[in-house]
Amino acid sequence: MTSDAKTLISEPLIDDNPITYQILALCSALAVTTAMWPSLLMSLAVTGVLAFGGAVISAIRQQIPDNVRIVVQMTIVASLVIVVDQILKAYAYDTSRVLSVFVSLIVTNCIVLGRIEAFAMKNGVTASFLDGLGNGLGYSLALLSIAAIREVLGSGTFFGLTVLPLVRDGGWYYPNGLMILPPGVFLIVGLMIWAIRTWRVEQVEAPEFRIRHVHRSEAGA
Amino acid sequence: MSEPQRESAGGWVGWLWRQPRNSLAKTLLVPALVSLVCAVLVAGSAMMLRPQQRANEERNRQENILAAAGLLESGGDVARRFADIEARVIDLAAGDFAPDLDAAAVLGEGGTGVAATRVAVPPALDIAVIKSRPRYVVGYFLYDDSALEMMILPVYGYGLWSTLYGYIALEPDASTVVGLRFYRHGETPGLGGEIDNPRWLAQWPGKRVYDERGEPAIEVTKGRSAEPDGARRRYQVDGISGATMTGRGVTNLLRYWFGDHGFGPFLQRLRERAEEKA
Repeated sequence: MTSDAKTLISEPLIDDNPITYQILALCSALAVTTAMWPSLLMSLAVTGVLAFGGAVISAIRQQIPDNVRIVVQMTIVASLVIVVDQILKAYAYDTSRVLSVFVSLIVTNCIVLGRIEAFAMKNGVTASFLDGLGNGLGYSLALLSIAAIREVLGSGTFFGLTVLPLVRDGGWYYPNGLMILPPGVFLIVGLMIWAIRTWRVEQVEAPEFRIRHVHRSEAGA
Repeated sequence: MSEPQRESAGGWVGWLWRQPRNSLAKTLLVPALVSLVCAVLVAGSAMMLRPQQRANEERNRQENILAAAGLLESGGDVARRFADIEARVIDLAAGDFAPDLDAAAVLGEGGTGVAATRVAVPPALDIAVIKSRPRYVVGYFLYDDSALEMMILPVYGYGLWSTLYGYIALEPDASTVVGLRFYRHGETPGLGGEIDNPRWLAQWPGKRVYDERGEPAIEVTKGRSAEPDGARRRYQVDGISGATMTGRGVTNLLRYWFGDHGFGPFLQRLRERAEEKA
């Protein structure tokens, strides 16, 4: 694997992570990460759509007229998503019921259209495939990290296996309800971003403005 | 996307390939061609996976029937437990069993022949917003020797976004609820979708469908019931906050199916027969 290809895959894992750095696709991150299984399937689905969508669109990019490029992109992405949804309904029925509309909503996932517009329309097939794969894996990494925290602290399980026995079942752990609720994700993602930016200081953006402390005698002047 | 790569390729695809990227021809034909290829792909995958999906849906339906009856918790194989309950065809027009009809014929793909007869629902009665309903439906009956222990009846109707399909299990008095489950719906996850939440469903057992006058009185209230100790409490289930419309849909579909145009006459006959026996 060339170093270019490596960068395409490794860059979106931490340095350019779609969730923790680009802050995209939080909607699905909020919705499906209460447990590991749905998160894993959602990750696979998004990664598949990103990689193959990027490759297909890159292959015909010279033929897509500018005015209708979004139409063509969305047609291809939507078709891939429907196929993925059908496969899940056939082979992972119970989890697909948990994921419900969020699989179909991959169509509107900002990462997908973002990568296609910004990368696949301008680069070759292999590069676009790898770029999609890398961003998908970055999304997966963030999703699975969130899901691991939520499932263990919120339900005391990991992939459905008991890790912290609940009081309800005769154990000692009181589940944290906040972890099951969507707002818990904001807390987790916020802490993750804080941790990553403490480690990778270059991710910290320059402040857009400074708070100027105004003495009360100046106020209203 | 296998358009020919060679510049010299003939035919109209080749001609299209050689047009400038932003020409009118490409602007019109590229989306059309992409749509065509995608349509074939989507239709093909949907058709290939259909049998597997059907099998999953059928298993899910059976699980929900058992769950409504409270028979799922005891564990065991779904298909085997399902064999213990008897599927019987109900003729809603006659308000009685239809012993000549096979349950499989009624349940099958849209039903066949007489088993598929549909009846229009008069608009004034159509609170469940279903427009028409089948004349024959399949109910599930659990017998202990020959005494009826429980009946599980199909109900459906419109919620907020989608039709809710479910089963409700009743005790032999044809009014006391054993349990309720919806096996297919498209309500908003987290709001209306909470009709699948076991904690909400746990409110149903013990509620009554019919009041003293024999009118369907069961309802999902808006939010928590205003009178938690009131006389109407036995007919009331607390609504889900943020899902008022879905709750209203559940109320309406139950009121419809247990009304005179639904199971009303059939259940009345069951009660009369039970009295005759007693």
